[in-house]
Amino acid sequence: MTPLAASLLVAALMFSIGLAGALTRRNAILVLVGIELMLNAANLNLIAFWRYSPHPEALTGVMFAIFSIAVAAAEAAVGLGLVIAIYRHYKTTDLDQINRLKG
Amino acid sequence: MSLVFWILAAIAVLGGLAAMLLRSTVHCALALTVAFAGIALLFLNLGAQFAGFVQILVYVGAVAILLVFAILLTRGSEPPTHGVFSTTWLAGLVIAAAVFAVLGSSVLSSQRMLPHESTAPAAPVVEIGQALAGPYILPLEMIAVLLTAALIGAVIIALHEKEGEQ
Repeated sequence: MTPLAASLLVAALMFSIGLAGALTRRNAILVLVGIELMLNAANLNLIAFWRYSPHPEALTGVMFAIFSIAVAAAEAAVGLGLVIAIYRHYKTTDLDQINRLKG
Repeated sequence: MSLVFWILAAIAVLGGLAAMLLRSTVHCALALTVAFAGIALLFLNLGAQFAGFVQILVYVGAVAILLVFAILLTRGSEPPTHGVFSTTWLAGLVIAAAVFAVLGSSVLSSQRMLPHESTAPAAPVVEIGQALAGPYILPLEMIAVLLTAALIGAVIIALHEKEGEQ
């Protein structure tokens, strides 16, 4: 197995773990955790492609990963703010019980 | 592929698995920190020092703390009364397994076309800084605006609703 394929397989495994968690957990915060894992797996792909690309001096992969990390941080802040707002309203973070968006 | 890579990959994957499988939400957040650290070490192993340290600063430092705060502010730290998995967990598991099968098979079947440069590239921070201030200046400004807007939005969303106020 080539090194790049190994990195991509690890990233695919992490992405699937995050997806499984986001789809199966009850707690809204852990769904966010699953989404963070998926974003990290995507970043790993970007860095691995940069490492084994024929033109790494362009720095495209590293730049993409850095911007992706910044966007993910903003997403985490807004997502957790939403979870806290929903918790204040419903007194629960159980997604099976939160079935209305109307207050 | 070196042994170090597989050890780091095992740390990241096992941390992620534990974050998704453990029962207590606080333990999940701690396992997630291990997964983030494993990913950062993988970045360092692949030669992207700056991205690795940014990963440690942003994820291990900030996002993990934010998650722990959110867990403690909600009632997530108490043990769940009935199962931690949703009623439709089987469908989610099947979808995730199918996604992994598709991704894995496509990676394995396209292995020969993937690039494999053996010389490790250098990405000194000076060059990254010059690239950020040069060709990437517009994305950098947009990220700055996005982060400001997201932080203000997060504060407004999480603000306490006043009693009797619409």
